[in-house]
Amino acid sequence: MRTTQEDHDATNAYQSLADTVGHDDPRWAFGTGVEDVQAEITSPVPDGVDAADLARYCLMLGDDALICAQRLAEWVSNAPELEEEVALANTALDLLGQARVLLARAGHVEGSGTGTARDEDALAYLRAEPEFRNVALAELPDSLDFGRAIARLLVFSTWRLALLHRLLASRDPVLAAVAGKGVKELAYHRDYAARWTLRLGDGTPESHRRMQAAVDAVWPYVEELFRTSDVERRLVGAGVAVDPADVRAEVDGVLDEVLSRATLTRPTVPPAGTVGGRGGRQGAHTEHLGHVLAELQSLARQHPGASW
Amino acid sequence: MTATLDEQELQGRFEDVIAADQRIEPRDWMPEAYRRTLVRQIAQHAHSEIIGMQPEGNWILRAPSLRRKAILLAKVQDEAGHGMYLYAAAETLGVDRAELTDKLVTGKQKYSSIFNYPALSYADVGVIGWLVDGAAICNQVPLCRCSYGPYARAMIRICKEESFHQRQGYELLLAMVNGTDAQREMVQESTNRFWWPSLMMFGPPDADSPNTSQSMAWGIKRHTNDELRQRFVDMTVPQAEALGITLPDPGLAWNEERGHYDFSEPDWTELQAVISGSGPCNAQRIAHRKRAHDEGEWVREAAAAYARKQESRR
Repeated sequence: MRTTQEDHDATNAYQSLADTVGHDDPRWAFGTGVEDVQAEITSPVPDGVDAADLARYCLMLGDDALICAQRLAEWVSNAPELEEEVALANTALDLLGQARVLLARAGHVEGSGTGTARDEDALAYLRAEPEFRNVALAELPDSLDFGRAIARLLVFSTWRLALLHRLLASRDPVLAAVAGKGVKELAYHRDYAARWTLRLGDGTPESHRRMQAAVDAVWPYVEELFRTSDVERRLVGAGVAVDPADVRAEVDGVLDEVLSRATLTRPTVPPAGTVGGRGGRQGAHTEHLGHVLAELQSLARQHPGASW
Repeated sequence: MTATLDEQELQGRFEDVIAADQRIEPRDWMPEAYRRTLVRQIAQHAHSEIIGMQPEGNWILRAPSLRRKAILLAKVQDEAGHGMYLYAAAETLGVDRAELTDKLVTGKQKYSSIFNYPALSYADVGVIGWLVDGAAICNQVPLCRCSYGPYARAMIRICKEESFHQRQGYELLLAMVNGTDAQREMVQESTNRFWWPSLMMFGPPDADSPNTSQSMAWGIKRHTNDELRQRFVDMTVPQAEALGITLPDPGLAWNEERGHYDFSEPDWTELQAVISGSGPCNAQRIAHRKRAHDEGEWVREAAAAYARKQESRR
């Protein structure tokens, strides 16, 4: 590259472009949060913990975050106000950051015995629907209805915050680290969703009607959040996981308070049915997930083996 | 009579501030035409940030790795933030964001013509960072010394972030040219599409840019369109060489005598067409922005109604 005086000119937009830093510079992943816990992803599986169970559990929490982040990212350039553009994208980024660490941990742990670890991208881009372990709430479309986005976020963040609070004490260092960073993020997400629930519920007659309809629409998917899977049951015994049934009272309490302050009615609709007792944690999803994955995975699958 | 004299005195003070290369602040007297020019320019800049979210936003959901998804999402989020600072800078001149948004969606104010081109491959994410953000930085760095204080200060922050985005874009392209044949072809194809529109981002040639001399006299603009365009070409050619790609201009050659690269004339009729509304995506971009704004109205009304209720409950 030609060296001229312009190399030190403040108006030179290209200064130092050529000596671009490597992938390991944390600034390249700016905003992703992944760099903070990177070093711990390869920590050994805690004693007495089944590696396959731990990997499966990391996938559950990682897929919840990944799929919910993807839904939130649909809002980019579609939000009702610029402040909401920033807030929704930021929430999506936080969840994406959590997903990346959790998927990386899942891949590392599952491959620890066999030496065939999958990385975060192999897990995000190359699994099919039944291999995803997220709850249905994360994958529901909101059809760019802001009320729906807020209703989902309120329930999701209240629930996930309660889980992460308890995971601070997990014996798995990566889960504990994700929880440590995640509780601050989720506390903000919950606060944001609660504030908007109040504004919409207690705003205009139209916003009240729309927010109630939104809460009604997500409510059938609340029950699944507290259903304990076999994997979770075994890991609770090992001091690694949280039993989601244990956070029900806390989540209900928060939701009841927010709904009542927002002049909304807690729905009494029956929960969505299961497929022979199986739900998202067992890989049985709604029809929506396939479409989310079709979009998320299309480009990566078009270029097998390429790195980006 | 006295009013006229006062006006002359104020005009004199304003000119002294400009001549001394100091800043005009919101409460200072300023000529109406200066205020109008700034509102137009800052609003156009803010609109560009917001409309610019659309082409890149087109790839967030399909980003080919989680790291690239995070980088792109963070970048597009920054653009929303830039729009917010710029609308806030415009508001110091006595207009408000809602009014400016209305002018955008009704076509009364413009945004950068570059965003009327489509983003058709993931290489476009990198090329937009490299060329479009690069050209934007060339245009914007001098604005950090703009005579209007709030705009100059907003630009300092924006330029720092833009330069980071540009490096991220270039780093994506480096990864792609070192990847598969298909990835390399994507980078070349994207560069072919974006090269000329990027050169057009500096505006029409100086001879056809009637507002330039007044803006330079007011310290709003520091360099002419052609000067900035030449600087951009000179900086970009070595970068293209480093990527191992060809810029789509057979007339591009180093001119030893001038100490600059010669390049061919962009197709100014195309720029005219895009500016006057017939680019590939003009209608789509405005319709998208208008839909998002209209669909958000019930939300904004609810927030205002809730705030009024809270106020009256106090």
